[in-house]
Amino acid sequence: MLLQGKVLKYGDNVDTDAIIAGKYTKTLDLQDLADHAMEDLDPDFRTRLKPGDFMVAGKNFGCGSSREQAPIALKQAGVACVVARAFARIFYRNAINIGLPLVECDVDAIGEGDILQYELGGDRLLNLTRNGNIPIRTLPDIMVAILTEGGLVNYLKRFGSYRM
Amino acid sequence: MGRTVAEKIIASHCNAAVQAGDIALCNVDFLMATDTTAPIAITAFHEMGGKDVVRPENVAFVIDHAAPCPTQKIAQLHAIMRKFASQQGIVLYDVGEGICHQLVAENGYIKPGDLAIGADSHTCTYGAQGALATGVGSTELAATMLTGKVWLKVPESFRITFRGQLPAGVYAKDLVLYLIGRLGSDGASYKSLEFYGDSLEGMALADKLTICNMVVEAGAKNGVICDSTTGMRHDPGARFAAEFDIDLSALEPYVAAPHSVDNAMRVSELESVEIQQGFIGSCTNGRIEDLRVAAEILAGRRIAAGVRLYIIPASKRVFLQAIREGLVEALTEAGGVFITSGCGPCVGTHNGIPGDGDTVISSSNRNFKGRMGNNQALIYLASPATVAASVLSGRITDPRRVR
Repeated sequence: MLLQGKVLKYGDNVDTDAIIAGKYTKTLDLQDLADHAMEDLDPDFRTRLKPGDFMVAGKNFGCGSSREQAPIALKQAGVACVVARAFARIFYRNAINIGLPLVECDVDAIGEGDILQYELGGDRLLNLTRNGNIPIRTLPDIMVAILTEGGLVNYLKRFGSYRM
Repeated sequence: MGRTVAEKIIASHCNAAVQAGDIALCNVDFLMATDTTAPIAITAFHEMGGKDVVRPENVAFVIDHAAPCPTQKIAQLHAIMRKFASQQGIVLYDVGEGICHQLVAENGYIKPGDLAIGADSHTCTYGAQGALATGVGSTELAATMLTGKVWLKVPESFRITFRGQLPAGVYAKDLVLYLIGRLGSDGASYKSLEFYGDSLEGMALADKLTICNMVVEAGAKNGVICDSTTGMRHDPGARFAAEFDIDLSALEPYVAAPHSVDNAMRVSELESVEIQQGFIGSCTNGRIEDLRVAAEILAGRRIAAGVRLYIIPASKRVFLQAIREGLVEALTEAGGVFITSGCGPCVGTHNGIPGDGDTVISSSNRNFKGRMGNNQALIYLASPATVAASVLSGRITDPRRVR
């Protein structure tokens, strides 16, 4: 799967309360989550984001609450991939499990509005705007397998149990 | 090669010799989900093709994050949880029974060496009773209900040794705020924290729960108390990614200033800060010991004019004990408002959302912008004693000066 999109860039320690506030998490309507994604940190997020865009951030992205509503809100809002210097561990798992691709790499050579390209399961992130070729931390096989199925629900629907 | 406690517990749950960095498919002893996370997990379980939960007796559901229910929409989510729990034979702790992590600790679900997961980030609390316990999301929880297993990366470990005794007026909360300030909000990312040292012998379980509860605020996967009560201990020659030695007798009261938990400062640096709201409660500090400390400071006194104090006992059992000990009366007469046991204001759902520009001092675990339901409020985290001393004066106050 080849992903390509424009960058919306953020700083370090974007926590899950900032991605989706606790008061909005109690719902099964995914659009409710998308409507309030990032609103405390970036009130213009919903108008700036176009489907297929990449979010790029610094270290410890997704720290805090284990709410899976955080990656769901981003995915439902149209984010195709989150790129960060490092992720907090529960967000990392949750994003893989709901089928939102993540890339961990150096983000210094990525700017707001750049166009990025990433082949799921690959070891490089291309910055088409700056002709950049950024090495990334490769994903373990189990995570590539889950992402390839579009998330853990589809993975288990298909295989019935973990294949590892 | 000697193994850490995390390596030992994971090895015993995947029947393989594993070491830090390996990925292991593990059997899970106990699972927990709340009303924030269970509804999505139930949907995912059905979508995965799930019919019967594997070992439902090892699963607990708790309605605590929005309890009593504040809206019609959430009432439907609670109904979904009750129906699923009843069909599957899963125990469900309903409105008012208490906060999930307190209920798990009180009801004997955890034994040393267990592997527990919960769809709540503060599941790491159960390390106080010797488990490797960590938070996951809803879909992961659903997968574990379906398969009985979870895959985990075997974490590297930090060895943290506590020596000596905390001075009067300084509490486990101060210790853990200091520790997170020292590690940083991602300083223990993906790590297992193993706690050792003579300070743990004789330390109340309540204090160990407070310490383990907050390890996730430094990014840790889990924290585990290694003392004579849990019997957990690393092998000789186990390899640690880092080691820390902390002299408890040198600590002071700490406060985490907005908007990050690792922004830990000595209370003396913040004593000019005026507050409008205090909160004593949460899975971090809503236990009977915390209410006793607050009552010691507030009994026979009156909180400052213009300040609100909300108090949420961590469980019904804690509430009843507080009634028997006269703490509810003393704290209510001092100006405190008791709220049904649950998470409410800590997670910004209801029951005490601050106004624009309000400054809150809270015994809970997170001070992120917007955490309590208003991104125009400022949240300072402290021990129940510091909260009590502060609501008395209307500004952040060192509890050692009030007693």
